[in-house]
Amino acid sequence: MNAHAAIFPILIPLIAALLQLAGRHLGLSIQRGIGLSAALLGILSAAWLLQLADGGSILVYALGDWAAPVGIVLVADRLAAGMTLLTALLAGASLLYASGGFDKRGRHFHPLFQLQIMGIQGAFLTGDLFNLFVFFEVMLLASYTLLAHGGGLARSRASLSYVVLNLAGSALFLIALGLLYGTLGTLNLADVALRLQTAEHDIALARLAGALLIAVFALKAALLPLSFWLPHTYAAAGAPVAALFVIMTKVGIVAILRVQAIAFAPSPTMADLLTGWLTPMALMTVLFAALGALVATRLRYFAAWLVLASAGTLLITPAHAQADITAAALYYLVQSTFIGAAFFLLAELIAERRGEVADTIQSGPSFQSPWLAMGFFIAAITAAGLPPFSGFLGKLMLLASLRETAAGAAIWIVLLTAGFLIIVALSRTGSRLFWQHKPQTQPLATPSTPWQSVLAVLLLIAAGPLLAIFARPVADYAARAATQLHAPGAYINGVLGTSGHAIVREARP
Amino acid sequence: MEAIVATAIGILTTCGIFLMLRARTFPVVLGLTLLSYAVNLFLFASGRLMLDAPPLIRAGARYTDPLPQALVLTAIVIGFGMTAYLLMVALRAMAETGDDHVDGREKS
Repeated sequence: MNAHAAIFPILIPLIAALLQLAGRHLGLSIQRGIGLSAALLGILSAAWLLQLADGGSILVYALGDWAAPVGIVLVADRLAAGMTLLTALLAGASLLYASGGFDKRGRHFHPLFQLQIMGIQGAFLTGDLFNLFVFFEVMLLASYTLLAHGGGLARSRASLSYVVLNLAGSALFLIALGLLYGTLGTLNLADVALRLQTAEHDIALARLAGALLIAVFALKAALLPLSFWLPHTYAAAGAPVAALFVIMTKVGIVAILRVQAIAFAPSPTMADLLTGWLTPMALMTVLFAALGALVATRLRYFAAWLVLASAGTLLITPAHAQADITAAALYYLVQSTFIGAAFFLLAELIAERRGEVADTIQSGPSFQSPWLAMGFFIAAITAAGLPPFSGFLGKLMLLASLRETAAGAAIWIVLLTAGFLIIVALSRTGSRLFWQHKPQTQPLATPSTPWQSVLAVLLLIAAGPLLAIFARPVADYAARAATQLHAPGAYINGVLGTSGHAIVREARP
Repeated sequence: MEAIVATAIGILTTCGIFLMLRARTFPVVLGLTLLSYAVNLFLFASGRLMLDAPPLIRAGARYTDPLPQALVLTAIVIGFGMTAYLLMVALRAMAETGDDHVDGREKS
């Protein structure tokens, strides 16, 4: 049974989506029941996978029992298993929130949500680059439809540009894969890594393929020249959908980390592919996002700029390819995902209580909701990177690990300046939303928030304090995952077997 | 033959990118379609171009690389589905904004 652990995080949402499609006439409560049980099973299977992967060996699952490099494999190392659990937890909270009534606003919300989870989990687990493309497309197609869920003018407009941009990105991805296959004759990541270590290929073409691949991942991760789509797309999406989308930028970041650590870093011709340009671009992204947060006029846009800021912060790290920096980045990634998602949900709950001004950042009617104010306060402290919550620890670990690097001083200056700008923006937002009131002529009806939504928001916000209290086990796991990621020999041997080196290579004209 | 295929891919890509940069949704959809044709041809050529060779390995016989054919098939199916969905999104955006400009409005 343990041998099949890696397939369950993909299989469970797929089966749930099929069941929900088959039973779509049975009513919303059945759909919710199936969805939430699948989310729970997903969390359990991901936790099981994480426990197995933490044994230190690379779990390889050959689909159809065709061995790599000919067959397609799923590979669960510590990084993949950890990301699987993070996705399952985030998806569970978002689905819980959506079960409070958001899923009524359009059709087929539940099957699409499950398919989106399946795509994300597959993208984290796959060990084959073409399979990664397929899972990206599963993830994107579900996200196109989820983005439009609920309808409205803003969503139609955002959908159109988001779909066009990602179709262009997919075309670029396929060109990169074609170049890679034409040059190296393989698309299995471990095999690509092995062949890049020898010098029997066209180096210029392989570098071009690698650069195109990174460009596609950078589009998903929203690196600066490719990040203009993110704020209005995420702000247009419904709250639980935007919360799930937070993990999608992380898919791009983890893909860059993995390709860099496993395929590029050990190769003599590709090792310097990210050097010199990725870190400056990432720093520009952080500054851009901090300035964006400062001028945001709506809380949803503000949350989207915060997601972009954390993506930029994480993108500083892959170019260094050092285990301690990656470990700090992974801890930062986990906490920023939960808090980013929490902000989108908070934005909707606050908007519901403020009548016509909704989530615009200006003084509005007063509303009595101490738990919401407290939740916003905790989330804001975590997002700003102030002590005592996990945002502070994440930023501290990242800054401490980056201190010794060549661009250390620049990174410190930019991150601290951006952090200051975000603190200013957060305090301005918080005081306008909660303290500046306009007298109202008629009292506002207080909406009754369903318990599912309240619970989901509280769980996500609780991640801030909890990840600070349990920082040691999480950071230790991140350190083990990073060490394993930066020792690609074990990954390559695990996937190809020790006999992998003996595969006869044809000469390609 | 390589020159013909390369030229065809180049022309398709050029037209595709030109159309994608237009301000109306219909040319953008056409541009993406042309670009996906170019990409499919490119993927197909990544296994090297061979004449009169089946994608089957028999002892002693010439064969062409079967993997790019499988990749192209997958890419075609996905690209087709995506284009169909994009058309739906474009039609809906036009119905809601009353304009087929990509930003949803004409600059006055």
